[in-house]
Amino acid sequence: MNTVTLTVKKVPDLFLECENVNPDIFAGKTADQIGKLGAYQGKETSALSEYFTIAGNAGTTAADTKIVVNGDCSKMKYLGAKMTAGEMVVNSDCDMYTGSWMKGGKLTVNGNVHSFCGLAMAGGEFTINGNAGNYLCAAYRGDWRGMSGGVLRVKGNAGSDVASFMTGGTLIVEGDVDIHLGTHMEGGKIILKGNANRRVGGQLVKGEIYVFGKINVMMPGYKPAGEVEKEVDGAKATFVDYIGDLGERHPKSKGQIVYGHLYMKK
Amino acid sequence: MSEYIIKNGHVFDPVQGIKGDKTDIAVKDGKIVDKVGSGAKVIDAKDKTVMAGALEVHAHVAGPKVNAGRWYRPEDKHFDSHKKPGITRIEGGKSIPTVFKTGYEYARMGFTFAMEAAMPPLYARHVHEEIHDTPIIDEAALPVFGNNWFVMEYLKNNEVENTAAYVAWVMRQTKGYGIKVVNPGGTEAWAWGLNCLTINDPVPYFDITPAEIMKGLMAANEYMGLPHSIHVHQNDLGNPGNYKTTIDTLKLAEDVKPKNNFGREQVMHSTHLQFHSYKGTNWGDFESASKEVMDYANKQKNITIDTGNVTLDETTTMTADGPFEHHLHGLNHLKWFNVDVELETAAGVVPYIYDPNISVCAKQWCIGLELALMAKDPMRCFITTDHPNAGPFTRYPRVYSWLMSKKTRDERLNTFKNADKVIGATYLAGLDREITLYELAQMTRAGPAKCLGLAKDYGGLKAGMNADVAIYNINPDKFPSSGAEIEKAFGNVAYLFKDGKICVENGKVVDMGQKKTFWVDAKVPENKLVMHDIREKFLRYYSVNEANYPVPESYAPHQHIISVEAPQAKVK
Repeated sequence: MNTVTLTVKKVPDLFLECENVNPDIFAGKTADQIGKLGAYQGKETSALSEYFTIAGNAGTTAADTKIVVNGDCSKMKYLGAKMTAGEMVVNSDCDMYTGSWMKGGKLTVNGNVHSFCGLAMAGGEFTINGNAGNYLCAAYRGDWRGMSGGVLRVKGNAGSDVASFMTGGTLIVEGDVDIHLGTHMEGGKIILKGNANRRVGGQLVKGEIYVFGKINVMMPGYKPAGEVEKEVDGAKATFVDYIGDLGERHPKSKGQIVYGHLYMKK
Repeated sequence: MSEYIIKNGHVFDPVQGIKGDKTDIAVKDGKIVDKVGSGAKVIDAKDKTVMAGALEVHAHVAGPKVNAGRWYRPEDKHFDSHKKPGITRIEGGKSIPTVFKTGYEYARMGFTFAMEAAMPPLYARHVHEEIHDTPIIDEAALPVFGNNWFVMEYLKNNEVENTAAYVAWVMRQTKGYGIKVVNPGGTEAWAWGLNCLTINDPVPYFDITPAEIMKGLMAANEYMGLPHSIHVHQNDLGNPGNYKTTIDTLKLAEDVKPKNNFGREQVMHSTHLQFHSYKGTNWGDFESASKEVMDYANKQKNITIDTGNVTLDETTTMTADGPFEHHLHGLNHLKWFNVDVELETAAGVVPYIYDPNISVCAKQWCIGLELALMAKDPMRCFITTDHPNAGPFTRYPRVYSWLMSKKTRDERLNTFKNADKVIGATYLAGLDREITLYELAQMTRAGPAKCLGLAKDYGGLKAGMNADVAIYNINPDKFPSSGAEIEKAFGNVAYLFKDGKICVENGKVVDMGQKKTFWVDAKVPENKLVMHDIREKFLRYYSVNEANYPVPESYAPHQHIISVEAPQAKVK
């Protein structure tokens, strides 16, 4: 696996749209060629080499390519977005859309990410070793197709509207979240190790939410349906199984109504 | 203004009957002329196809419901709203493009005129604001009348002259072009939780039927002698088994004679017929009824149609057929936008994905193509996607490639997931016809121009007509063998002249042209009763003051007014 190292040499005045910084675009390119790739700042484009020093050539395919980004990326958007294979490590905070529309490969951010990261993620592994903002692995604004696959892990806290419209995949938040977790969910799994504020699983049709901590105010559309013992993310625990959201339409399978589940740790 | 001579091109012009002959086209002062001086700039069109600018007969490109689509679907433009190099602005959106992108894309495909298919009179200002901001192409808008309280009250008593006086008043207030009818009676019935699924279902309270509304508006249209006929979106759109209602509606035109000074020969334009040509009783046994519908449309000479081709894309449906959009939302559970427009109409918007793996969508795709391929008179059948309902207008080049190459459409047909099932329920596999360049010029130029009453200036390359000329990189002697090549050629004109100015060169917009907004000023005798009724309705029901209703001139500063004296009114 070849490694390309990008070091920030200039922090953009506005925000830099790094749609071209991912293993798929880098694959088969030399450091020189990578430097010539474009990046938008507002309506203007400039070359990546204006903002980064680039060392090392990429592998022939995305899977053979590892990208390491050093320096202050807090004004960089779209890092690792749409990647399908390979590896990427960002040693900084990142702005919006980091790891969004990701289909495969491994992305690690050693810092915090802003809102709208991991949007509509469809595959791969995305780890955030810091906090995340709002709309983590939700659907894009207006869209109804949220996270559908892959694993996203946040070591810290996340904000509001996390995992809206989720249809598949796994999200693990090791800290707390604010309001609106898993709104409109139609599948997938959310594991929350910390606490949630309010409105967890509103308008949820299908899917599972595990809460290890407390929910500040529970939604009225859930009712307890017994207790279960489960192993979740390596930890065994007893949960109260709530079904819901009872205010929503639910599909039927073999004559049985399929509800969503909200598991609260006892 | 500069002079041009377009030399050596293969010209296709149904107005003069030119079928690919090498003819020089001379351009001077914005018009086609017989000859120009020796100083004229020469455009070499060797091995290229030369046609008049194309006309869009039915698309939703401006106004409140298009804008509702834009604001409630940010996801439609997220991935492609960057700026292209050159003089163009940022172009955003796929199924609901910005006004700028709308103008550029039509021009890049060789279009010079587009008809906005449904203008709610109350929100006409917004429609004109967007039309004014759409560059290059000329435009007009059709106000909707099929669910209008005035119209229903007058026609209930068969008061055609009062209806005409009211329609003429609305067209003047809104700068409208003609009479659009959308799900006549049905949209109003929906306010009572009902719908009109046949042309004989009574509208609650108003006690009138869709058939009576359409008959009456047809009579009023011919009474005024408008350039365009009534433009009908029929009842029962999009439901299996609706083809009977479709044919019943078309039959309303029997024995009605066109009366106008514009060369228009039809009394009814039936739009997006693909959505109205369905057999079967449910989505399981859903079949094509294109043969039944076209058998009738082919022999009934005083109607015109457009196709409404499904392009197999993710798109945004939008129509004044409020009940239909609610029904569609119930089918796909995607976000639903709805608005009621007081005494006039309503509108709904729902995103829709025409998925080629779903056999219903594949069958709809077949039906749209069948209608065009079964049309015996290309001067009466026009190609549309009912943009954005069956697909974005930017897909026209692809639709042409399916119509012009059996190989291309068969490749698509045979690779559907449920190909056998789709082929069994449609006629497409058995149709060998390939639309020729001359027929395409009829279906997209001369035909729609005649249907809209614009044949004097648009749709042909005869001396005296507008110098709207599209030159394509297509050599008719070596017609492209692959669908992709056809698509590329029709999507990127070599040149587009608009009013004698080059606006697009090699697919790149180089000039914003001087777009005009067309509207029709129909002169009818002064009608005190109708004016009294209007005053009373505004005082009692409208949320706006009558004085705030008209579209001021500043909203359409580049207007082109077509004045019409009612031929029948004068006789009296």
